[in-house]
This record gives sequence, C-alpha cells and structure tokens, in this order.
Amino acid sequence: MFAGKKVIVVGERDGVASPAIAACVEAAGGEVVLMATECFV
Amino acid sequence: MDPHTQQTIIDAVGKHGRDNLIVVLGTPSPEAAAIAAETVTIGDPTYAGPLAETRLGLTVYHILEEQVRAALDPAIYDQQVGLMAESLDMPAIAAAVAGVRAAISHEGK
Amino acid sequence: MPTIKRPVLLAASAVMAHVPGLLRIGSKPAREIARDASLVGRLIENSRSFDEAVGYAPNQAFIGAIHPREMGPRPHFNRLVEGGQRFGPDGEIMPEREFLGLMALADQFKLMKLAPEIGSAAAAALEQHPLSDALKPQKLAAAIGDPMAENARGALALHLGSGEYAGALATGHSEDANLAASVIAENLACKASGALALAHLLRLNKIDPASIEYVIGCSEEAVGDRYQRGGGNMGKAIAEMAGCGEASGADVKNFCAAPIPAMVIAASLVAAGVFRRVAVVGGGSMPKLGMKFEGHLKHSMPVLEDTLGAVAAVVSEDDGRSPVIRLDHVGRHKVSSGASAEAILEALVTAPLDGMGLTLNDIDEYATELHNPELTEPQGSGNVPERNYRMLAAMGVRRGLFGRDAMQGFVAQRGMPGFAPTQGHVASAFCYLAHARRALDDGGSARRVMMMAKGSLFLGMMTGHSDGMSFILERNGG
Repeated sequence: MFAGKKVIVVGERDGVASPAIAACVEAAGGEVVLMATECFV
Repeated sequence: MDPHTQQTIIDAVGKHGRDNLIVVLGTPSPEAAAIAAETVTIGDPTYAGPLAETRLGLTVYHILEEQVRAALDPAIYDQQVGLMAESLDMPAIAAAVAGVRAAISHEGK
Repeated sequence: MPTIKRPVLLAASAVMAHVPGLLRIGSKPAREIARDASLVGRLIENSRSFDEAVGYAPNQAFIGAIHPREMGPRPHFNRLVEGGQRFGPDGEIMPEREFLGLMALADQFKLMKLAPEIGSAAAAALEQHPLSDALKPQKLAAAIGDPMAENARGALALHLGSGEYAGALATGHSEDANLAASVIAENLACKASGALALAHLLRLNKIDPASIEYVIGCSEEAVGDRYQRGGGNMGKAIAEMAGCGEASGADVKNFCAAPIPAMVIAASLVAAGVFRRVAVVGGGSMPKLGMKFEGHLKHSMPVLEDTLGAVAAVVSEDDGRSPVIRLDHVGRHKVSSGASAEAILEALVTAPLDGMGLTLNDIDEYATELHNPELTEPQGSGNVPERNYRMLAAMGVRRGLFGRDAMQGFVAQRGMPGFAPTQGHVASAFCYLAHARRALDDGGSARRVMMMAKGSLFLGMMTGHSDGMSFILERNGG
C-alpha cells in the first residue's frame, strides 16, 4: 500500500499526530513528502 | 483544514503529481475526518481555503482504518497509534473516510 | 546553603473580562472582517449581554461559584444559572466598560483614549470596585479625551459589543510592527486581566502584596520591540500594576503549556529558599477571542468566545495547611520521549506515578485541557477534555489496570466537563488551580490532583515537537 508511494500526512494534535503516522508509513516503505499537524485549540 | 495547509498540499501535488500520492489522516472525530477527506478529494466543504473550488482527487485514508493498519508493521503501529485506537471512535472514523471514498467513486461512474 | 523547603499552593484566583466589543479584533474575526465588512453587523447582532455572560454556567464555574461538575446539562448558553453573580469565591467577571478602563489604567504610555461617556462610566464603576485601592481608578481621567483625533492618525478603534464607539489606541511606534496598536491592545488586555487576577488573589486571601518576591508571567502574548520581539516581561508589569512593590519577575513561554512549567519553577524557587513567596500569573489572550465564531453563527448561537480569562497563583513555603506541590516526580515530555499520544502520556503521567509508586487510580482528579466543548464543537473541533480523559482511561486499559468496560467510569469519576474559555494556557489545567486547592483543603474531596498541560510547539516552526509538563498537588499532611 505504501511501498514506493509518496505520502502526505495530515495529523492532528488531538488525534494521531503527524510524526506518529509518519513513523508507521516510513517503516512500510512510504516516503513522507509533507507533514502537517493541526492544532485547533 | 487550515488554509495554509491546503496550499502546501496543492504545492505538493504540483511537485509530485497526484497519481503517486497518498494522503493519510489522523483526525480525531468522524466529522473532522470526513471534512479533511473531502478537502483533499472533491474540495473544502467549509470554503475556508484554496481547496474550496479545487478537486484534487487524491487517494485518502485514515490511519485508524483497518486496511491501513494491515499494511503497517504491527509493533510500530501499536507503539505509535495503539493508544488512540483504544480511545477514539475507530469504526465511526473509518466509516466516515470510507464513505467519502465511496461517494467519489460512485460519482466517477 | 538553605535546606530544601516544601512548596505549597497558598492561593489561586480566576477572573474573566466580558469583552464582546474586543472580539472583533481577535485574530480570526479581524481576518474575516477584512474580507467581508458586513460581518461586524452579524457579530453585534449575535453578541451576548453582560448578564448572559455572568449567568453562563461555565463562567460561574470559572470564578469558583460552582464546580464544573455542577454546571448541569448542555446547552448552557440558553439556560442561565439562576442567581449567578458577577463576583465569585475565586474572582469576578468584569463588564466591558470597566475592563476598557482597566486597560487604560494599564497603559503607562498614554496610547489609549476612551470616549468621554465610556471613560466616565468606567471611572465611576471602578471607584466602587472592591479593588479600587489597588487599581487607582482616579488616574483614568488622563485617558479620557477625543479618540476621534487619535483615530484620524491611524489608531485602532475600540468598540463595545453593542457597536458603540468606545475609544482608540494609538500605535506605539510608527515603524515598528511589534508596537503596532493591535499588538499593544493584546498586551494591555493581557496585563490588565492578569493584574486583576493577582489583585483579587491578594485581597481574597488577605496576602500582603509586599510579601510577593517574584512574579512569573506565563501569558501567551509576546511583549517586545523589533530588536527583541518576545523580550518580556509581563510578569513584572503585572506585579507593578497589582501593587507588588517588592517583587521582580520574568516570563516563562511554552505555548499553552507555559503555566505548568511556571508553577514548577515557582515551586523550585521556594523549595530552594531563593524566595519565600512567588506568584504565577497568566493574563487573557485577546487574539483567541472569537476564534471559532463561524461555528457559533452557523449554529445560530451567540458568539460565546467573548471573554478573556486570567489566572493567578501564589506558591509559598509550607504553611502546614495548603496543598503540597510534589517536586520529587514532575512529569516532562523529553526530546527523546517520542510524539505518539502514548509516549506523551507516559512521559507526563505514568512515569511520575511509577516513580512515586502510584497508579492512575491514585489520582482523584486530573486537570488537563479543560476547554468548554460548547465553544469548540460547533466549529468541528470536538470535545477536548473528554478526549484527554478517554486517552488517560485507555492508558489504564493498556497497562492492565482495569478493563475496557471501566473506561467510562474512570472518565466520569476522575475527569470533569470542560468549562474554560478557549484561552489556551488558561484552559490548560491552570483554570482548575483554585478548584483543586479547595478539593485538597480540609473538608475537600480529593487527596491528589494532577495538573497537566501540553503545548503545540510545532506551530512556531522551530521544532516538530510538542511539549508538556505535569505536577501533582497533594493534601498537606495527608
């Protein structure tokens, strides 16, 4: 699913944060090209 | 989704092309997940940012969807995402994002 | 060298200022008004009266008149607390004319001018205020004048919630964006509300202002000029305004988490014997007024983010009575801790508990991000405190402390509904200090309260990290 793919990560402070998603995706062979963590409070 | 984030996504699509890109969301509620999924596919439903009138048509998943979890290393997933999988409404969030994908594919036919 | 002393939370206060007119210069409303000027009319139409703000259950909880668990069912905005009063056990909710007067009193550089009828009304009301001795409203006369003349020179216009013209604020420096009128307005609102919180604390607890030796500011605003944007020092500015003549001060910055490290530093200064009494003060955050107004308008609600919140606390040497600030096991999110929610909670919650030989069940109340969900949910930002409590409960499940079926009970028993305005640092556990002090006092219900805050450092683009800190308050002699 992620091998050889470029991945945009849109995490959220109150949900799953971007670095946590990125760690999963990169271990599965994806290349994270953009990471945005949003904070709404 | 923050308008600035929307613009950086547009820029990333310009640079890498849409076909090789996957968006992975980490939003904490079904409502927020659906809005984010719509924003990177059919356009920002809140009309707040540059994706309001833009159909990027990106492939989008949520980190809490079963098919995403299945594609990831179980130990790393548990360490990075496990607690949130336990505390958030995982089925509803997954259904919200799957629902947006289904609506788009239906629209496309 | 002095021996280590036990630091205690001697007192805490919480105040609000109801400022529906300043709402339009909050960051989000100001940006939207620049795009569509007709929005001003909608904000006026949907603003709350002072009585509605006073009767709002979360505001009554904020000033200590009721506990957050006593707020009753939602929605709160259309079901006001009967007999709700402006003054509560922990502070007050100040109406906007008076607060504009207080901002003008905070302004030593004569940048603010109030329209004559507004200024006179503010002066008269402040003369009757229980803190009039400390606030010296007679000085207000100098700030009453012709704001139109100021306005003509490009000043920032100030209004009441009704739309009535109230005054103007001149720019502090014609070429320095860090001293623009909009920045000065934020800083004056922060200083005035912070000083109000500290002055109330001193009066309510009969603490001699001269006994405060240091004031740590933990507000969100950055005070400075073009050579030093976040120079500070709001702590000392507030100390001066609150009449703490023997104090100096400094600021601690850490996004929304700042009050918790500020409290830990204050307690450390006391423990080390550097100072006997240290105040920690967070003034209100004007840029966050109306942050989620679009959701409120969309749902035909009044625009509820119309209040500034400010909190003050005094940490002192052990008095044998006040709750102890446990410095032996402070939770902190380390650089190496990791960014996952579990890593953050391990660093902030379970690591200090493990160190003390305690479990999640040994904390009677968790004070975490206590944003009022009635403000955040209409704009799709969810129920922030509930999410925090569910995460804590999930930690208990993952650690084998209890089963999944006990999560709900854990949240209900050790959590509480959110009641704070969306004033980041104030909502981040800080707003609960006075309640926590009561719960840990004689006759109170708790033995230990954990205060925990997180800050989104990544927003400032210097690191991808967030931060967080926690400490435990414990019943004295318990």
